[in-house]
This record gives sequence, C-alpha cells and structure tokens, in this order.
Amino acid sequence: MKRTDSESEFSFETSESNLEVSRSQRLSDFYEEFIYKPGLVAWSDWRTRIGSLLALVYVLMGTVGVMVYRVPNSNQSPRSVQPFQTLEAPLGTTGSGVDVLAMIIHATPPMLVMILSGGLFATTFAVAVGTVAGYKGGSVDRVLTTFADIAMSIPGLPLIMVLAIVFNPTNPALIGILITVNYWAGLARAIRSQILTLREESYVEASRTMGVSTRRILIKDVIPNIMPYVLVNFANAARYVVFASVGLYYLGILPTSVRNWGIQLDQAYRNAGALTGAGTLYQLVFPMLAIMLIALALILLAQGMDRVFNPRVRTRLAGESTSVDSEDGDETTVTEVLN
Amino acid sequence: MNSFYIKRTARSVLTLWLVVTLTFGMIRLLPGGPLVRLRAQLTRQGVDPGEIDGIIESYQNLRPDQPIYVQYYDYVSSLLLGDMGQSFRYGEPVAAIVGDALPWTVFVMVTATVLMYALGVLWGAIMAYKEGSVFDSVSSALSILGSTVPFYVFGIVLVIVFGYQLGWLPTRGRTSVGIADPYTIDFAVDVLRHAVLPIMSIIVTQVGLQALSMRGNSIQLLGEDYVRVARLRGLADRRIATRYVARNAILPMYTGFLTLIGFNIGGSVILEEVFTYPGIGYYMFKALEARDYPLMMGVFLVITSVLVIALFVADLTYSKIDPRVQSGGSSEAY
Repeated sequence: MKRTDSESEFSFETSESNLEVSRSQRLSDFYEEFIYKPGLVAWSDWRTRIGSLLALVYVLMGTVGVMVYRVPNSNQSPRSVQPFQTLEAPLGTTGSGVDVLAMIIHATPPMLVMILSGGLFATTFAVAVGTVAGYKGGSVDRVLTTFADIAMSIPGLPLIMVLAIVFNPTNPALIGILITVNYWAGLARAIRSQILTLREESYVEASRTMGVSTRRILIKDVIPNIMPYVLVNFANAARYVVFASVGLYYLGILPTSVRNWGIQLDQAYRNAGALTGAGTLYQLVFPMLAIMLIALALILLAQGMDRVFNPRVRTRLAGESTSVDSEDGDETTVTEVLN
Repeated sequence: MNSFYIKRTARSVLTLWLVVTLTFGMIRLLPGGPLVRLRAQLTRQGVDPGEIDGIIESYQNLRPDQPIYVQYYDYVSSLLLGDMGQSFRYGEPVAAIVGDALPWTVFVMVTATVLMYALGVLWGAIMAYKEGSVFDSVSSALSILGSTVPFYVFGIVLVIVFGYQLGWLPTRGRTSVGIADPYTIDFAVDVLRHAVLPIMSIIVTQVGLQALSMRGNSIQLLGEDYVRVARLRGLADRRIATRYVARNAILPMYTGFLTLIGFNIGGSVILEEVFTYPGIGYYMFKALEARDYPLMMGVFLVITSVLVIALFVADLTYSKIDPRVQSGGSSEAY
C-alpha cells in the first residue's frame, strides 16, 4: 500500500515535468512577465516615466556626453563668463576659466559607477544576509542578525569618513562600496522580517517536504517574492550613495583626482565668492541642480516601481483582468530616511 | 522577558567593544596608518627619536614598544576611564573637547529631529485625510522635491540667502562673540539665532519622507476593519483620527525616529562644517582635515555610543509602547 502511494506520487511528479513548456515559449513568457508588462505599467505611471527619462539623460551624459563634450580645463574659455551668454560655455565659466557644463558632464561617469557598485553591493549583501537569516532561523539567524545589528549601530557617515581617510580610495567602484559599507544592514533586517512570513507559505513548505535544497528554495521560491522590494531599495541606496559621495567630496575627504559635483560645490562655496552674492551664484546652482535631478530620478523610480510590482495594478493595466479594483492608494513604504 | 533585556544589553556592549577594537585596529595595525604617519611627522619636525615613543604614548595612550595585547589593554582601559588621548591640533585632551561640543550638537540635532518628526506626522495625517485632493497631490510633490536636496546642500543655500544676502541670521558659531552670561534672555535668543538655520535644513530636507510614510501608514489603517467598525459605531471623527488611526500609524515610525537622531548626529560632520558650528561634527571634520587621529577616533567613538544608546532605548521602550510586540519569539530552525 505504502509502496503504491509513493509510486503514484512519483508518477505524478513526472507527468508534471512532461507538461514543461518549450524553451521559446518560456522565453516569450519571461518577456511577457518581466519586461513587457512591467514596462507597460511603468510607462503608464508618470513617476516612472519621468524618473526613467531623467535617468536616461544621466546615462547619456555619462556615456555619449563625455565623448562629445570637451574635458574641463582651466583657461579653456574666458574667465567668469555668466551662464547663457555664449554657446562655447552655455552654463558659464569659473574664475579660472573652466567650463561649468564640462565639469558637470565629466563628473557623471564616476558618479554612475559609484551608484551601480554601491547599490549592487548593498542590495546583494542585504539579500544574502536577510534571506539566509530569515529562512534558516536558529543560531544562523542569531549570528547574522547580531552582525547586522552591530553594523546598523555604527553611524554611517563618520565611519565612511574614517575609512576614507585611512584607505584613501580613488577608484569610484571602491568608493561606492565604501559608502554602503554598513548601509546594507537596515535593508537586511527588513528583508529578514519579510522572509519570516514567506518561509511559512505553503509552496515553500511543499518544496521543503520534497527535499529541495535550501539554496534552490531560496533562489526559486523565496527571493523572487522580495525582488520588487529589493529593486525599490536599490534606488534608495543609490540616492544615499549620491548624497554621501557629494558630501565627502564637498568636505575634501576623498581625493580630488576623481571629478565630482561635490568638488564643484566646494570650489564655488569657497573660492568663487558665491556667498557674498558677487554674481557667481550660478557656479553653485548648476552642480546643485545636477544632484537634485539625479536624486529626483531615483526617488520617482523607487516610488513608481513600488506600483509596478503591485500585482493588482499590473494585471489591470496589462489588460488581463477586467475587474475594476479601486485603485489602492500607493502605499509608499518609505522606511529609509537617510540624509 | 528578562532574558530579552539581558541579551539586548549584551549586544549593545558587544557593539561598543567591537567599535573600540575596530578603532584600535585602524590606529595601530593598518600599514601607513596613523601611528606611522605620526612618527614620520615627528621625525620631520626634528624631534629626538628617543622622545618620539613617549610623545606617541601621551597622545594615543599607546606604548609602541610593548606587545600588541598590552597596547590593546592600555587603550581599552584608558577609554573606560574616559581618557581618549590628546588632540594634536588643539593640544587639549580629546575628552575635554568632546565634552564641550557634544551638548550643542545634541541640542541642534534633537530639536531638529523632534520638530521634523512632529511636523511630518501632522502633515502626513492631513494628507491621508484629504487623500486624492489637490492638497494631497501638491504636498506629495513638495515632499518628494524636498527630499531631492541633501541636507547640507540646503544648508549652503540657507547660509547664502539668510546669512549673506539678507544678513538676517549669523553665518557661523554657536553664540555671538560678546555674549558671555549664559542665563539671560539675550543669550537664549542668540543661541536660537545661531541654531535656527541648521535646524531648518534638517527639517526641510527630511520632513517630506516622514510625511509620506505617515500618509502611507494612515491610508492603510483607514481601510482596516476596526476603523470601519468604529465608523459604523458612530464614533466621532476626531476620536477615530486620534485614538484609532494616529496611534497605530505613528508606532512603526517610532524606532525610525530614534535611529534618525543617531543618524543626524552622524550627519553633523557635514552640517556643522557648512555652518561653522563648533559641535562634535565640526571637531571631527577639523580632525579629519588635520589628520588628528586621537580627536578623530574619539569623536567617532562618541557618535557611535550615542547611536548605540539611541537604538538600545528604542528597542527597550518599543515593547512598552506597543503591547502587541512580544520580545523574543519562537522561530523553528530549518
């Protein structure tokens, strides 16, 4: 009796795998589910639309712009030209004749590298620690949670500053990681508490009873569920990287060999007499705008993405469901309030 | 219940101990680290090599000729006695500098965070109450716009506009030079005039996100069954708003609030530099600039302790405020 039971279960499993879809079908499903539908929803939301357009501007600035536009150098133009006067230097020049627009454009690529490396480091590390701690429980959880708690209770900015002084990093990718050196901790804690409920879901339990390895359960069953949350937090981490790096460069703590808007702010604030209102305010305003717009892009993306991954909104807009759910108020889960 | 308090206390102590060890490691072990630089600096200044060890010891509480565990013991034990070494730049004990500066930083940052939090809760609640109205959309846009500016950049703008262009408020210092008597109204006004711009820059750049999260929490709660039932029972709107919605919406923000105080004290390094406000952040910046390691590490330790204590208080009090939270909890290991 027992034997037939297990046999029937086995055959059930094989018949299931016979139903597996072909490769091309799966690819098109993947496209439908992960690119087309989110894209459609993303585009329908004004926040993601503006956010991604703005982000695209920065990416273009950091790739094409750098090749097209000249490198900033002193005395490349007449000194202290006001903005919108000549086409040669549309945003004016500094007191030493450096093109302000050139400075802004050429500071973009290192910033993008920092954002990517910092964001990737913070999110992957947080996902790894959070999921393993939440799923495994027991002593693994205790050790990892204590680790995250300790990282969380060291103040970010002062720690980064001390490390920056000691290591003196010049590689933007390294600086990005340095800035998020303990940013991941808060995110890891948040992910852990989400996993604590996910691990009790019936499909996870089913995988566990079937003897699927923990690694596979985490990757196939658990992590896809928190991906939306992780992506939203990638944008938040990226904004933190922008703010912190500009701050560090503004203070002159990081080596000035890498171009950054913070250095421009510092120069304008100190040397240009922007303070006393000697008509050099523009040197301060333009790098500030560069920082604000990239932060705006990241905030809009984070908030818009929150909706993209809301399954109810998604199916409705993709035209699959005809149910007219009342649009649930976008519950922006803003937990990280850094800087 | 008791074991939770013991565990939590143990974790705080562990954190502080780890940070102390970390700073010791950075001072002592890293190649090209502070001690090597200090030695090179002293040699360049033509100090007699025989005296250098003695000088280093007095600055950093370290005896370079001793084995590493003795140095570590010396460092930790003198920290426990409140001796954080001597600042190179100011030639004063680090503890004295920090003791003078810390109250000012705490005053500015705690005031700013409390005000910001109160405003955020109020604003977010009104936004949730008028969800979908013009006020709601404008407020949401404004709060997003506010959080696109880093607080120190907004600080620069404030200094330029109110300090230099309009000349209404002082641009530097904690108090004016002439005022000495601390127990007069003039003094209090003067202190406030110096603190108002740093406080403003924190409030304006952080209130938006607080308001948005309060709005999100409240909207979610307004759809809860018990709020509907309360409406059906015919309770007054005011009672529902304060007792049923506000209480529960504020709760999740409480821990965030205490950690935010800690974070802002960490952020004082940039903010106080912008306003030339001599709090601990300002001294940390000066120490970073002058590579004044004892002062730098001292301030770092103090800021860390403040954050550790804030988190500790947050954790201990949260279960008191929210009775639903059970400390500890059972979790089966897989």
